[in-house]
Amino acid sequence: MITNKKPRSSDTDSNYMRDDRTEMSEDDDRSPPSDSIANGSCPTRTCTPGSGSGSGSSSIPEYSAPYPDRVLENVLENVLWFLTSRKDRNAASLVCRSWYRVEAMTRSDLFIGNCYAVSPERATSRFTRVRSVTLKGKPRFADFNLMPPNWGAHFAPWVSATAKAYPWLEKIHLKRMSVTDDDLALLAESFSGFKELVLVCCDGFGTSGLAAVASKCRQLKVLDLIESEVSDDEVDWIMCFPDTETCLESLIFDCVECLVDFDVLERLVVRSPSLKKLRLNRFVSIGQLYRLMVRAPQLTHLGTGSFSPSEDVAQGELELDYVSAFAACKSLVCLSGFREIVPDCLPAIYPVCANLTSLNFSYANISAEQLKPIISNCHKLQTFWVLDSICDEGLQAVATTCKELRELRVFPFDPREDIEGPVSEVGLQAISEGCRKLQSILYFCQRMTNAAVIAMSKNCPDLVIFRLCIMGRQRPDHVTGEPMDEGFGAIVMNCKKLTRLAVSGLLTDTAFAYIGKYGKIVRTLSVAFAGDSDMGLKYVLEGCPRLQKLEIRDSPFGDTALLSGLHHYYNMRFLWMSACRLSHQGCQQIAQALPHLVVEVIKHEDTVHMDDYADTLYMYRSLAGRRHDVPQFVSIL
Amino acid sequence: MERSMAFESDLNLKATELRLGLPGSDEPEKPSTTPSVRSNKRASPEISEESRSKGSSCVSSKVESGERDSAPPAKEQVVGWPPIRSYRKNCLRAKKNDQVDGAGMYVKVSVDGAPYLRKIDLKVYKSYPELLETLENMFKLTIGEYSEKEGYNGSDFAPTYEDKDGDWMLVGDVPWDMFISSCKRLRIMKGSEARGLSC
Repeated sequence: MITNKKPRSSDTDSNYMRDDRTEMSEDDDRSPPSDSIANGSCPTRTCTPGSGSGSGSSSIPEYSAPYPDRVLENVLENVLWFLTSRKDRNAASLVCRSWYRVEAMTRSDLFIGNCYAVSPERATSRFTRVRSVTLKGKPRFADFNLMPPNWGAHFAPWVSATAKAYPWLEKIHLKRMSVTDDDLALLAESFSGFKELVLVCCDGFGTSGLAAVASKCRQLKVLDLIESEVSDDEVDWIMCFPDTETCLESLIFDCVECLVDFDVLERLVVRSPSLKKLRLNRFVSIGQLYRLMVRAPQLTHLGTGSFSPSEDVAQGELELDYVSAFAACKSLVCLSGFREIVPDCLPAIYPVCANLTSLNFSYANISAEQLKPIISNCHKLQTFWVLDSICDEGLQAVATTCKELRELRVFPFDPREDIEGPVSEVGLQAISEGCRKLQSILYFCQRMTNAAVIAMSKNCPDLVIFRLCIMGRQRPDHVTGEPMDEGFGAIVMNCKKLTRLAVSGLLTDTAFAYIGKYGKIVRTLSVAFAGDSDMGLKYVLEGCPRLQKLEIRDSPFGDTALLSGLHHYYNMRFLWMSACRLSHQGCQQIAQALPHLVVEVIKHEDTVHMDDYADTLYMYRSLAGRRHDVPQFVSIL
Repeated sequence: MERSMAFESDLNLKATELRLGLPGSDEPEKPSTTPSVRSNKRASPEISEESRSKGSSCVSSKVESGERDSAPPAKEQVVGWPPIRSYRKNCLRAKKNDQVDGAGMYVKVSVDGAPYLRKIDLKVYKSYPELLETLENMFKLTIGEYSEKEGYNGSDFAPTYEDKDGDWMLVGDVPWDMFISSCKRLRIMKGSEARGLSC
């Protein structure tokens, strides 16, 4: 058994580890390979028999091979290639030095949950044969303008390090990173066998960067741009794909707010016989969609673009036989888009409803009446994203039919605070009763009751993700007038698989006491405008051993509460606290106590700010120390 | 935009909140036996007189209360709340303001010296005079008369727009149709810069 150690300096590998690791590895305690064969055990640690570097030593007969280490290492190498889970690999790397080395050589998928937790140089020197890199940058609250622009998370140092270290690199997945056109150009130049680029919530680049990728990455299979901001450099990037047949399997560009030349796009689709996923942006009209569908009936995932006729050819477009175009797409399982939907066009999708496992109507302002005929056929639906325009009645229809539903997201059409909302506890209750297999929910509403939340906690025991956003700040249960403590308490109590929670409404410290007491496997927690005192945060920091990501805004938690988490911060990916009651001094104390924590205090121009208070605290464990690209509004303590 | 401070509960902002209603009465809970009908048709957004006269930068230009005379004015909007990504917000906001019969052509309008931007639908106007009159009303200023040679006479303001090529042009120089198809956004310049354009 690996003994529990306090977190220590230098070569800690926690940053490659999956979220729920609670200890850090130390090289010093690993036995050198030469010892292990002779002794068959690790001298410096308590090990179960055979778990030393010569793990097979008890079963392999002792013969005098010239380099016994090498034989065993080869065996290990061959075995470790099959190990894909990050968690397992991290565990394997802790066994001893030999295993550490071999694991490092055989890891092909590098996942960095916080791009500032480790330097690119360090990562690339440890892992030498990586074929895919995943990087995450900014914290999630940056999506909501809570972080000034140009904070960081630059892809540049990573692309240059990986360009040197992994010329054979095939896949790059980025989330919330700042990517420039130059970065994309370097990527396109450096990786001749590049296959897959996925950019989620990224920004800083434009169509010229995309053009570079399209033209140079001849083996490209996947180009997915998801909720990213792409500037219009007026370059026709679709034209830049090679003239010959392409390897494209997935082309997702629904977030790209630039016109595309349709004829060029159509020709691309025609010469991409492997294309399975295609998500168009809103500049593609329904008539153009028709033409593409006819060319690509093999699609499994389709984003329909605007789903409305273009202005000039409106009449002709309405006469096309959309129903048969959809009927021809026999493999379609995932439908999205509907960016500017004309509800009359909706019946066209009837033929595919019965096979759909995923449907995204979250940009479609449709009513319950318009939804019902569609949803009543979607018996296999597992993922459903929708606008609250469908009202509680629409949700009831979903509950009636979609018995396989695993994930539901209800977005607000009108995200303001003091208005009458179309969905409420009625819809939530209905879903909880109809969709018993629900695992993940994101629900925006204006009013809610504890009773409905409690009902969901009991009806949906498989819940892993529960995010309820009552849009009016600090709104109580609108029937009883009480805080929402009991509802969220029931969720953490009854949903034994819950790992992600977002709370809202009027919440006292009691809610946090529940979370601390029952939320033993909670990894991600989002808090806004909640709690009464430091106790709230203390309950959570002391009670939730698996907590990895904690984001808090506008809540009355101060230095005392912050200090109560000292024992845990090295086990977390990050802590975000904005507009709370932290002082610079308090943050300084943390920084001094935990040298491997990077403690950033971010100033915001537009806050009326009291000098001593820290507007925003963002802190994270790191092997790299303070970063070198700090903008002037950030101070690192 | 001023961010809401965590000290709200101490300052008891609720008590001093401006709203229509007798002191001591809570916000009226609107009884709803039927789900509220989502109408696509909304009056064009106008900042209510009350919130406009506040004048401070803490009032977001997103506050829209034109339709609901009897309801209390909306609470000041807080940055990043509700937590919706701006991409989604923008897509949906454009939808909200659309007339039922087609997509609008929305451009941002900024006025030098004003703390907020507005958005207008160019498709709603048929000619320059109509557009200029609207701008004058919207921002409570005088733009003056356009002349080909002299630009805008008789005022401190000159309306300019950014066209597709990124150039800033004086509004009125090109035919209306060309303007409509190339205008990306509007900026009403003030003072010497504006006078420079006028000569």
